[in-house]
Amino acid sequence: MSAKTTVLPKIADAPKPRFRLQGYAALRWIILIVTAVIALFPMYWLFANAFTPITSNPPLTPILIPAFKLDNFERLLVNNKFYMNWMLNSLIVAFVVTAFHAVFDTMAGYAFAKKRFPGRNLFFVLILSTLMIPIHVTFIPLYLINRQLGLIDSLWALILPGTAWVFGIFLMRQYIQTLPGELIDAAKIDGCSEWGVFRHVIFPLSLPAIAALAIFTFVRSWNDFLWPVIALNKPQNYTLTVGVANLQGEFMTDWGIIFSGAALAALPMIIFFLFFQKYFLEGVRMGALKG
Amino acid sequence: MTGIRKFIKQYGWSYLFILPSLVTFTIFTLVPVLWSLVISFQDYSLVRGGKWVTPIYANYVEAFTLLNGIFLIAIRNTVIYTLFTVIAAIGLGLILASLIQPLSNRLRTFFRAAYYLPAVTSALIIGLTWAYIFNAQWGFATYLTRMFGLPPIRWLSDPDIAFWSVVLSAVLTLPATAIVLFSAAMGAIPQEYYEAADLDGASPIQKWWNITVPLVKSTTLYLVVLYTIASFEVFERIYIMVPSGVGNSTQTIVTQIYNNGFKDFDFGIASAQAFVLFAMIALVAAFQFRVLRSDVEY
Repeated sequence: MSAKTTVLPKIADAPKPRFRLQGYAALRWIILIVTAVIALFPMYWLFANAFTPITSNPPLTPILIPAFKLDNFERLLVNNKFYMNWMLNSLIVAFVVTAFHAVFDTMAGYAFAKKRFPGRNLFFVLILSTLMIPIHVTFIPLYLINRQLGLIDSLWALILPGTAWVFGIFLMRQYIQTLPGELIDAAKIDGCSEWGVFRHVIFPLSLPAIAALAIFTFVRSWNDFLWPVIALNKPQNYTLTVGVANLQGEFMTDWGIIFSGAALAALPMIIFFLFFQKYFLEGVRMGALKG
Repeated sequence: MTGIRKFIKQYGWSYLFILPSLVTFTIFTLVPVLWSLVISFQDYSLVRGGKWVTPIYANYVEAFTLLNGIFLIAIRNTVIYTLFTVIAAIGLGLILASLIQPLSNRLRTFFRAAYYLPAVTSALIIGLTWAYIFNAQWGFATYLTRMFGLPPIRWLSDPDIAFWSVVLSAVLTLPATAIVLFSAAMGAIPQEYYEAADLDGASPIQKWWNITVPLVKSTTLYLVVLYTIASFEVFERIYIMVPSGVGNSTQTIVTQIYNNGFKDFDFGIASAQAFVLFAMIALVAAFQFRVLRSDVEY
C-alpha cells in the first residue's frame, strides 16, 4: 500500500490527505496565501487608510502600514454629529428584527413542522412561494404602505418589513422536523401545556438553529442598504450603511473621514464575526447565510 | 357552539403559533407582491393613485422601450456580470475548498474564516473598498499600473472599462459562502472512495474530477442558483463604485428599477421591471435545476 505523503509534518488529527502532491505542496501554499491576501486586502487597506491621518486626498503611494493614529476618527465624529445616531439606529433595528424572528419564526416553524391544522399546507406553500421573489418587487408597495401609515423616515419603516422575512420560518421548520416527536408526547403526558411544550422542549432544543438564524438576521438587517435608502430621508434617521454611503458625497475633500467612517461601520460586524465565528460558519452550513 | 369550541381547543394553539409571522408576512410581503403586480399594469401617481393603462400591458412595453431601450442594455449587463461572477464563484470555491481540505482542522478553520471575513460587512462597504482600489489617482490598482510603467487607467470613469472594473472587483471578492459550503460538503465524502481510487492508481487530478466534483453536485447546484440570484440583483456595488453611472455601461436591472421607481417615481414601469426581474430569476433557476440536477448515486 502506498505511503501517505503529507504536506505539513505535524498534522495530528486531520483526515487522511487525499492529495499526494508532495512536489506541488509549495504551489498549493502559494495559491492559498495569495488568495487569502486578495480576500483580506481591501478590508486591510481600508483600515490602514483609516488609521493614518489623511486630510484631503490620500497620497499617491498607497498607505500600506497604518500610522495607528485616531485623527481621522476624531474629525469624523466632530464633523458628523449624526454618526453615532446612525450606529444606534442600525443597532435598534437589527436587534428588534432579530428578536422577533428568533421567537416567532421558531413558533411558526414548530407549528408547521409538528402540528396539524387546517390550512397548514396552504399557508406554508404560500410562504415558500415568496422565497424566490426578489424583494425589490415589494419596495414600491412597501413605500406606499409605510407612507400611508406615516412611517416613512422612521425606524418602524425598517423594522416592520424586516419582520416579514420568511426565510427563518423555513429554516426553523426544517430543523424542528428533525426533533423526535416522542419528546413532545412525553412532555404532554407529563402534563405540559401547549405553551409549556414550546417553551421547555422545542425552544431549548432548537437553539443551534436559532443561533444561526439570529446571526443571519442580525447581519442581514445591519447590512441592509437599498430599502433603508428608499425609506429614510433625513440624515439623522439614517442607518449606518446609508450614512456611510452619504459620507462619500458630503466629504469628498476629506478622505480621512470617509475611510474612518467606513472602517468604523465595518468594525462591529467584524468583531461580531471573530467572536461568533463558529456559529457564523455553522449558519452558512444550515443554508442560512448568504455570502 | 360546541363545534367551534372544539375547533379552537384542537387547533387554537397552532394558529396562535403562526399568527405573528403570518400577520407580518401578509401585510409586508404578500400584499406588497400582489399590489406590485397590480401597479405594474397601472399608471400610478402619488397624488391620485392608480389608473389602469391601455393596453393593459403598456407598462411592460414601455419598460423595454424607455430611453431607447436602456433596460435591455441593463439586462445584458446584468447577464454578463452574472455569468462572470457565478463561474468565478463556483470555480474558485471548488478549487480553494479542495486546496484547504487536506490541511489540519485548525488551518482549515483559519482559512475559512479568512475567506469569510470580508463577507460579513455589507456589500456597500465591500464595494466602497473596491471603489478606492480602483481610484484613478491614488488607488492601489493605479499604483500597480504605475509600477509596471503602464499609463493611468480611468478604471471607473471610462465607459469601456468601468463595467469591467466592477466585474473584476466582483470576481476578486472571493466567494466566501461557496468556499465554506464546498469545504463542508467535501468533508462529508467518505475516505474509502479515495482509497479505492488510490488502489487503482488514480492521480490527484483524476480523483478530484471523478470523486470530489461529482459528489458535491448538490452543493454546486445550490450555490449556482444562490449566486445567480444574488448577481442578478446586484446593486450596492454599482451604486457605490459608479454612482452617476458611466453612460449606460453600468446600468443593471436593479439600478433601473431604483432609478425609475424612486428617482423618476414612475411606479408602473418600475413595478413592471421588477416582475421582469422575478420572471428572469425564476426561469434561470428552473433551467439550472433541470440541467444540473441528476441523481448521482455511487
